[in-house]
Amino acid sequence: MSHLRPALVLVAAFTLLLGVMFPLGMVGLGSAAFPTQAGGSLVMRDGRVVGSALVGQSFTGEKYFHPRPSATTPDPYNADASGGSNLAATSKALVDRVQRDMAKAGPAPVPADVVTTSASGLDPHISPDNAERQVARVAAARGLSKAEVEGLVAAHTEGRLFGLIGEPRINVLLLNLALDAQPAR
Amino acid sequence: MTMIGWGQSLLTLTLVFACAFPLGRYVARVMSGDRSVLSPVLRPVEHGLYVLAGVNPTRGMGWRGYALALLMLNAAHFLLLYAMLRLQYWLPFNPQGFAGMSPRLALNTAMSFVTNTNWQAYAGESAASNGAQMFGLTVHNFLSAATGIAAAAAISRAFAAGNVQALGNFWADLVRATLYILLPLTLVVSVALLAMGVPETLAASAEATTLEGAKQVIALGPVAFQEAIKLLGTNGGGFFNANSAHPFENPTALSNLLENLSLLLIPFSLAIAFGHWVNDRKQGVALLCVMALLLLAFASAAYAAEAAGNPLLHALGVAGGNMEGKEVRFGIAASSLFAASTTATSTGAVIAMHDSLTPLGGLVCLFLMQLGEVVPGGDGSGLYGMLVFALLAVFVAGLMVGRTPEYLGKKVQAREVKLAMLAVLVLPLSILGGTAISLVTASGLGSLSNAGPHGLSQMLYAWTSATANNGSAFAGLSADTDLLDYGLALAMFLGRFAFLVPVLALAGSLAAKPKLPTGAGTFPTHGPLFVGLLIGVILILGGLQFLPALSLGPIAEHFAMLAGKTF
Repeated sequence: MSHLRPALVLVAAFTLLLGVMFPLGMVGLGSAAFPTQAGGSLVMRDGRVVGSALVGQSFTGEKYFHPRPSATTPDPYNADASGGSNLAATSKALVDRVQRDMAKAGPAPVPADVVTTSASGLDPHISPDNAERQVARVAAARGLSKAEVEGLVAAHTEGRLFGLIGEPRINVLLLNLALDAQPAR
Repeated sequence: MTMIGWGQSLLTLTLVFACAFPLGRYVARVMSGDRSVLSPVLRPVEHGLYVLAGVNPTRGMGWRGYALALLMLNAAHFLLLYAMLRLQYWLPFNPQGFAGMSPRLALNTAMSFVTNTNWQAYAGESAASNGAQMFGLTVHNFLSAATGIAAAAAISRAFAAGNVQALGNFWADLVRATLYILLPLTLVVSVALLAMGVPETLAASAEATTLEGAKQVIALGPVAFQEAIKLLGTNGGGFFNANSAHPFENPTALSNLLENLSLLLIPFSLAIAFGHWVNDRKQGVALLCVMALLLLAFASAAYAAEAAGNPLLHALGVAGGNMEGKEVRFGIAASSLFAASTTATSTGAVIAMHDSLTPLGGLVCLFLMQLGEVVPGGDGSGLYGMLVFALLAVFVAGLMVGRTPEYLGKKVQAREVKLAMLAVLVLPLSILGGTAISLVTASGLGSLSNAGPHGLSQMLYAWTSATANNGSAFAGLSADTDLLDYGLALAMFLGRFAFLVPVLALAGSLAAKPKLPTGAGTFPTHGPLFVGLLIGVILILGGLQFLPALSLGPIAEHFAMLAGKTF
């Protein structure tokens, strides 16, 4: 029983130290030193929050670039309930879903990210190949030239860090915001 | 597979090994109570805690006393977390007004976090309040990892000298592991993650109006601090349901590199620390080589399988590797390395959904856990698990040449081998027994979300993950049922404590023996021959017993996939 006091005291002391003081201190540090990041990297337009630069959102209109399919429920890109499809490689449900989506995906070979759901269901990015296949549709819907849209896509393509780390990608929300910011003709 | 993919993976592993050597030296020093650069700041806190707790840090404990103190701390902390989860509604920082967890879910979750498993039968953003995550889960991430490091240090001391009765003082080991190792690393990593975009706020969510006019509720919380210790402590329980695949837990490729590094760092460092503790650094390097070679081999296999992709989708006209359940910013190479790292350590955090890996990718994850979490394993638990295999390896070598086996000058005799086997047998008993029982009950079958051989893999994965204290899942499985909440809680308990207590007894028995000088007939345990033998023992003893189960699950699924069959 000589162990009872140290067990209780250390559990209480560490809960106070590591569960209250340090997390709250980190919240304070975050709001002072990294206010944007600590608050979720929210993106504003005309004084309103339109999303987070890190979290994907649903786009279905012709004039926007579309993100990857999302498996969140009840709606795609539900940022309050992240998750993947958890379908196995041999799942009939997976093969049927991909087959359905292939119909509107354009000519084969289709880049994998066009018809697969992400792990979080909130993937903010698409691959450059995926974006390139959407350029003609977006340009036509907006009455812009393909070259103009291609220029925006190129400007929003992030490469690998030091040419090595990560994969080339395009943030769909930021690209669509830039499209909306184009002067109308 | 691409050169860039290999380059990324090799860069990550090189950084891990480059950091493991100096960190291992530091760990060995601070766990022995020696001064270090952080002593001026931390000594007063450390001594304050000893005074409050009424502890004399120099009072040695025999293995029974050490085990009792360890169990007492974990029991007290388990009860506290159970109470917090049940009473979550009344605790502060619960802006969503989440109700308390059900008794069975709270029991499962509390057992999961106290055993360093972090199996999650709940979804973080819709069942655990900011308060419960901070006061409960975050603190468990620290103390369960510190418990492992303490036990590893105690067991290592049994090999350091001859004729000793004490393994050290558990309270001092726990406090030192927490204050000198886990806390400083967590602070550095959490500030780096914060800068890269991981939120740290008391707000529960932000509301946005999307460009197409829909309402999007974006879950937030104090993520950064918990994220850092979740990886450094090889815990793995995500703040959000999608775990480290969620952009708020792991926003960029660089944050992912840091997270992958963090989860491998301490287990590899402990191998180096072992060399310092036993005053023979080559012994630590040999253990690190065994861990590194096995991890490298399995990570490469996972990468090959994921890059090859899914032939069923290729037949429909989809190009490239398997991207179902993976994020674009990480891609296939980083996702495969992370999947292997998280199952090779007992972390269980994921950046890709393991349920959607190719059959062989999933096989790698299952097999790495079934090896007993030793390549490199969890914080502390990896090292003491590896030492059990090292004893069995010298025993096997001793049988071959007809000599009494020795490891580091300690004779390995009947009692030690019996205790080692007692610990090792927990794995097949709980994994295969639990899977078999679940698959013949209606409740177990009702939890499966995939049909065919993958259904069997889902159940096998759950029992494997729980018993090996990993915590990752084939997450399509519905885990919040009577059978799985109670059954897996028992598996986690056995996997942690029914392994640890015999190993502490083993250490007690070894500590009391004299340390024999090295002679001409001593089998050297730092050369390539021993490394090869130990790899063989781990693969045969740890892995082979699961081959029949694996051939019914992922291996059968692989051939079905090649034959174009769906379920």
